[in-house]
Amino acid sequence: MRRFLLSLLLLTVPLSAHAFCGFYVAKADTKIFNKASQVALVRNDDKTVLTMANDFKGDPKEFAIVVPVPTFITKEQIHVADKAILDHLDAYTAPRLVEYFDPNPCEIPRPMAMAAPAGSAMMMKDGAVERAKSLGVKIEAQYTVGEYDILILSAKESGGLETWLKENGYKIPDGAGPVLQSYINQNIKFFVAKVNLKEQNKLGFSYLRPLQVAFQSPKFMLPIRLGTVNADGPQELFIYALTKKGRVETTNYRTVKLPTGMDVPIFVKDEFADFYKSMFNTQVKKEDMRVLFTEYAWDMNWCDPCAADPLSDDELKQLGVFWLGDTSAPGGATRVMPPSRPVGGAKEVFVTRLHVRYDRDHFPEDLVFQETSDRENFQGRYVLRHAWTGGDKCEAAANYRRQLSDRHEKEAQTLASLTGWDVNDIRRKMKLSAKPDQTSSTDSDWYKKIWK
Amino acid sequence: MTSRLDPRYFQMSVLGLLLSYGVFYLRFDMTWQRAALIVGTTLATQYLCSLGWKIPFDYRSALISGFSLSLFLRTNHWELAVFAAAIAILSKFTIRVKGKHLFNPTNFAIVFMMIFFSRQIWVSPGQWGNEAIAACFMLGMGSLVVHKSRRSDITLAFLFFWAAVLFGRSLWMGEPMTIPWHRMQSGVVLLFAYHMISDPKSTPDSRAGRILFSALVAAGAGVVHFALFRNNGLLWSLAACHLLVPFIDKILPDRRFQWDGGGDPPGRPYATSTRNGGSYAPVPS
Repeated sequence: MRRFLLSLLLLTVPLSAHAFCGFYVAKADTKIFNKASQVALVRNDDKTVLTMANDFKGDPKEFAIVVPVPTFITKEQIHVADKAILDHLDAYTAPRLVEYFDPNPCEIPRPMAMAAPAGSAMMMKDGAVERAKSLGVKIEAQYTVGEYDILILSAKESGGLETWLKENGYKIPDGAGPVLQSYINQNIKFFVAKVNLKEQNKLGFSYLRPLQVAFQSPKFMLPIRLGTVNADGPQELFIYALTKKGRVETTNYRTVKLPTGMDVPIFVKDEFADFYKSMFNTQVKKEDMRVLFTEYAWDMNWCDPCAADPLSDDELKQLGVFWLGDTSAPGGATRVMPPSRPVGGAKEVFVTRLHVRYDRDHFPEDLVFQETSDRENFQGRYVLRHAWTGGDKCEAAANYRRQLSDRHEKEAQTLASLTGWDVNDIRRKMKLSAKPDQTSSTDSDWYKKIWK
Repeated sequence: MTSRLDPRYFQMSVLGLLLSYGVFYLRFDMTWQRAALIVGTTLATQYLCSLGWKIPFDYRSALISGFSLSLFLRTNHWELAVFAAAIAILSKFTIRVKGKHLFNPTNFAIVFMMIFFSRQIWVSPGQWGNEAIAACFMLGMGSLVVHKSRRSDITLAFLFFWAAVLFGRSLWMGEPMTIPWHRMQSGVVLLFAYHMISDPKSTPDSRAGRILFSALVAAGAGVVHFALFRNNGLLWSLAACHLLVPFIDKILPDRRFQWDGGGDPPGRPYATSTRNGGSYAPVPS
């Protein structure tokens, strides 16, 4: 049974990569979001390069995508990308956990921050072309690119297109007809791809690499409607927008920033993937599943803290950042600190990571985007504060110990409100893992400081 | 002495509430400090212009312009926010045809900034979302304002024509009706209909003229969105259609609107009119 997919299934989430201070503080299972797709949208003026990634694990024979595209696509406009680049982009933009260690309150504070990441069969014979024609479907072009056989279709009416797709092994969900028809009415073409097994074997890839399409159109949008027709439950989509001017947002849905900057209990370090997933679920629920979340918006020249290094010029070019010219930093070197002044070789690339969970009821129309002039940096960042556990005795140390339990209680409540986890469970876990709670001063020893 | 409360008090309250709702609940890309800066600038500019034009200072319209601008304009640069606020008010005093200001001040400032500072400013049409609660709130509050300012005709006509554009297009394209309905529920459409296009100072004097004007604005916005595939069609279209208002007033004349208590430079508040087909006559009693 072939699968009909608009959005390529893919799993994302953060992780891995080089830690800012040389070690990881948290690891999460990369497969925490099911039915997730990743799309990179490189956009400047009216030019778009769309990269679609998936984690399709089934029989490659079963894989197929149908993507509405606004213009005719020539072979030169199609490319197959290296999946590692999208993984790098994922890691670079992922929500991150930052770790701080409280200093000895009896000494002059010297704060130090540590950071880490969170986490052939398809080529048409003459007869088939005739058959397509009789159904009102025009095969505008057919190409083999990498391991994919690609067709560019246009159609007169959805019935013929549906029939053609079914006859050619695509499982079209009930109810797709009207959606296809509305795209046909807008002169949209259909980019249809399947895996060419022979080519795949020859190339030796055991997974499907991301497909890229470059086109010029004033439409800055992502068609999601086909994918929601027969979806069983909501779908997860990560969009990485790479632009010249600034942050990208949707114009027909609200785009809100993920809660960020909160102090959370230390045990989150070992459960960062669960934390991120629960927090996202809670936020989606809170917003009634009607918004897109900005998880990262940053100038590609740097990061702080870095969940992964910024992408190199070569990687950006692979993703389709076509305006990167000779002005790029020599040797593709990337800084991890903000430029103190405008530097001649700086890359003009701003990345926005959007995360949305959608279904037909809450997202009735395709996503329409705009590039804003907003260059304010934003990141999903959560803070672990390790308590100082030294035995020094001084006024400041006594005060510090008294404040610790309040701080831990606040962290527990923040975590409960962010994730929807039971606050008592959180408190229990904190007691097990947060020893400072047990050693810290409480009201019961209030008298100790009276006669000091 | 007026017999009723100036509708601008209602409008100020509604816009102030909407701004607070946006800044504190919907998390707009706008801080209350920035909003205060914009509102402060519109008031200061109004004060200076009042001195220059030798008219009494009236804070009401300037406050409304400041709130509206804060609801629409986004920028990382405070200087540009100040600049936009100043030109909004200045446009009211300087760009005038036959004693009537040509543009809605907020609309003029936003379009001016979108043309000349497109790399530094932006407008977020999606910031209100489509939540029913926001829509109902704005609808209810907005209708109060337009009812009070006796300009419900232009708002209702615009909503009718804009719905015709959206539903008509979706019917033509074979899209499900949930799509145009979703677009109609947008907070920005309601804000525009109730608080921008309804500005009695910059729209045609006659009812027929206002209905024609709202049809033109809706059609223009449809072209921007569905032929050019650009954003903020309502704002672009309103600014362009304002250029036609003197012609519409010539073809379909009526009495000129004047707020009770003034606040604008002297024009010809009660322009010569041969007909009085409009349903309102602004009236100091």
